[in-house]
Amino acid sequence: MKYGRREFINSLLGFGGIGGLASIFYPVFQFLIPPEITEAKVSSLKVGRVDEFPANSSKIVRFGRIPVILIRSDRDTFKALAATCTHLDCIVQYNQDRKQIICACHNGVYDLSGNNVSGPPPKPLTVYTVSIIDEQVVISEEKNIV
Amino acid sequence: MKLSSIPILIKILSLSLVCIFPMLLMGETEVNTCVDCHVENDLMPEFYLEEDVHQHAGMSCAGCHGGDPTAEDMDESMSEENGFVGIPEKQDIPAFCGKCHSNIEYMRVYQPRIPTDQESQYYTSAHGKKLYAGDERVAQCSSCHTAHGILPAKDTRSSVHPFNIPATCDQCHGDTKLMAGTGHGTNQLNDYAKSIHGVALLEKGDVGAPACNDCHGNHGAAPPGAESVSHICGSCHLNNFEYFKTSKMGQSSTSQEYHNCEQCHGNHAIMKPSDELLNFTESSLCMDCHSEDDAGYIASAIMYSHIRESDSLYQEAQLRMHDIQIKGMNDVDIQYMLKESKQNLIQLRTLVHTFDAQQVTQKSIEGKGFSQQAIELAQQEIKEFNGRRMGFGIATLAFVLLAIALYMKIKLIDKQKSNISS
Amino acid sequence: MSKSIKQRAFVWLDERFDLQPLLKMMDHKRVPIHSHTIWYYMGGVTLFLFLVQVFTGILLLMYYRPGEDSAYESMKFLLTEVKFGWLFRNVHAWSANLMVLFAFIHMFSVIFTKAFVKPRELTWISGFILLLLAMFFGFSGYLLPWNELSFFATKVGTDIMSAIPFIGDAIKTLLRGGEEVTGATLSRFFGFHVAILPLITTLVLGFHLLLIQRQGISETSEFKLLPPEKKRYMSFFPDFILRDGLLWLIINIIVLYLAVFFPWELGLKADSLAPAPMGIKPEWYFMFMFETLKMIPPHVWFIEGETFGILLFGVAALLWLAVPFARIGRKPLVESKWITILGLVTLSYMVVFTIIGYL
Repeated sequence: MKYGRREFINSLLGFGGIGGLASIFYPVFQFLIPPEITEAKVSSLKVGRVDEFPANSSKIVRFGRIPVILIRSDRDTFKALAATCTHLDCIVQYNQDRKQIICACHNGVYDLSGNNVSGPPPKPLTVYTVSIIDEQVVISEEKNIV
Repeated sequence: MKLSSIPILIKILSLSLVCIFPMLLMGETEVNTCVDCHVENDLMPEFYLEEDVHQHAGMSCAGCHGGDPTAEDMDESMSEENGFVGIPEKQDIPAFCGKCHSNIEYMRVYQPRIPTDQESQYYTSAHGKKLYAGDERVAQCSSCHTAHGILPAKDTRSSVHPFNIPATCDQCHGDTKLMAGTGHGTNQLNDYAKSIHGVALLEKGDVGAPACNDCHGNHGAAPPGAESVSHICGSCHLNNFEYFKTSKMGQSSTSQEYHNCEQCHGNHAIMKPSDELLNFTESSLCMDCHSEDDAGYIASAIMYSHIRESDSLYQEAQLRMHDIQIKGMNDVDIQYMLKESKQNLIQLRTLVHTFDAQQVTQKSIEGKGFSQQAIELAQQEIKEFNGRRMGFGIATLAFVLLAIALYMKIKLIDKQKSNISS
Repeated sequence: MSKSIKQRAFVWLDERFDLQPLLKMMDHKRVPIHSHTIWYYMGGVTLFLFLVQVFTGILLLMYYRPGEDSAYESMKFLLTEVKFGWLFRNVHAWSANLMVLFAFIHMFSVIFTKAFVKPRELTWISGFILLLLAMFFGFSGYLLPWNELSFFATKVGTDIMSAIPFIGDAIKTLLRGGEEVTGATLSRFFGFHVAILPLITTLVLGFHLLLIQRQGISETSEFKLLPPEKKRYMSFFPDFILRDGLLWLIINIIVLYLAVFFPWELGLKADSLAPAPMGIKPEWYFMFMFETLKMIPPHVWFIEGETFGILLFGVAALLWLAVPFARIGRKPLVESKWITILGLVTLSYMVVFTIIGYL
């Protein structure tokens, strides 16, 4: 009798309390652990080794939710541009013969700096910065130079 | 006395605005007696604009019409000795403008990169040929460019800016009286304005969309011939043309004098093509040559069903993504996959112009894969969304346990108290 | 052994801080037991929810980034990438709504049990200020995710301010941080929500609680008239506190349930150029005012309808604040039946107009 109620309730309180605290602090600690992608916005992206990209070739790579066209127009020049045409959002392609960027939907043509050269595109393609770090090609958002 | 002088004052003021202001702009201090007189006698030409490109470049009336704008006396200023040519005859207008515009030595002083072939191009056009033959109803330079209010084509106010071209052409081509007996219809603008090109240009302001001149040419305006239709469409719709050109359909279409693109898509009233164009019905155009159960009929049925499947799967994936977005779950991968899927759908609809069911089928399977992946990703997100309820169950269990313990503790204390008091 | 440690710790503290009077106060504090005892818990629940807000709010601050280009993105990041981010965000949103709800319940229970009478006038006034602060908390917090609905609701909400005569436009500009609702408004609302309002609220709340501790729990007039032997009390500590704790636990479970099963939508990102979406509604606790403003004709006498409405609410709020001081003839308002009628009319007006707003 003396053991029963009092002790039982106290241990129940103990267990419940520990459980309750755990179910508050487990989420809190999980919350505070930084996620793998540590920032809300992707600002740079490693796309591969330099030798994976032959000269005069292009590759569409994914930059966050934006497709980006990475072009190695000759041995030393890498360019990265937003791959969606500014006219009606088709994906552009690199034309190896003309060394231009073409949108097949309405024959929009851009030069390798992203400028709209002919056809319907109303404005240039957004330019991304390409840097080579330790033989790795890295695409990053262009810094606004003030 | 004082009151009566006011109208004169206004006249003087407006005069000085009309004549002196442009001169100030040009840094010219010379008098222009043409404007003086024409304003005074209310004889200024219709649609005269001060911003006119020629006036801006420093040309006065005499630049085109000849004569001496400095002479006070009208007989002298408008005398033939002073080179006065007056109002040109309609037939002479191309040469009248061509005096300068066909002369590269002269033109490049003003605009180094301006073309100078307008006049010669004009005479190759349907308009030019008729004018040459003496038909004065046709369009010449000033019909489109105006005479005294000419603005560069880049200026949105210009009569030849893409936004305004359809209306400019319609001035004549929409005039039933003028077009009577020419065999031309007058409904082109109405048709065009409803078309996908017209809506894009006139309503959405997409300067990239073709106006009349982009298909018909401008100075060399002519209706495209049957064999050149696909070239014209193909100048923007590259792949469609490439595929069509090499297809069996394309080759036989040309040899049989069919109007290629136009045959299915129409001309001025081109609508956004519907997948239904592939759907054989009694009334469909394809039935002119094809019959039920021939190879083309079967190919079309296959293409139609694949495109419909691709499309509906894409729509479904899009709905799922919308759901995920609203639930606040992760949509980045789904969105990217959907972009692939949409791109595939565009390519698929272009590929139809090969009329090759096998290629279309392959492309469609690829695209359905993208949509399927997007849907699977969405399902995973929904699963995660629901999985949270599990965690809730565990936490609730702990909290309920604690609540029960607390409740029992309260009861116990109450009981002890009542024991003590009694 | 453990007892002795407890005792030694107490002695150590008592020597330095003289805890005896505090203990005495705790022992003496008691809560009357009668048929309306339940209402004594409402303030406590509001306090609990406020604490939940502080706790989850601090956690959200770890990831939230104010700014036109980052607010929505960081919320999306919080909801999709951060573990349990969704949980704290939803708890924060639900607990906010429940806090305002319980503050209202607390206020009306005070009206109906006539707990605001002398000597508790200042408690009433500070409580009413706390309610206004809670509503402003809600209004400013609503914009922070920078989604379509919150953007336009803020636009409408701040626009109403300009109806205040003379200073309305200045208030609007001050709130918006400019002529329009822009990124500047967002920074401003963020400042209100996480710095200014918490500071003021903590001070006023401290004052409110201090008064209650000093004066004890109010007794209803019927209870006061009971003969002493029939008056029943429970001790504040531990009886009332334990019951409080039990209720807080239950509320906690309810909040969790709502957060998991009825998550708040993030919606689509605000686009200042997009047309206003259908069905912009203020949060439910502004609905009765929003609905009233809609019903007032464009012109009342010589003033604009909206201005009239705003002035009406201003006057009403002041009158409501003055309820403890009001008199009818010689008698204080609280001693007449009018106070109950006033409370009922106000409550039913608010309920009915809120319902109309959602129909």
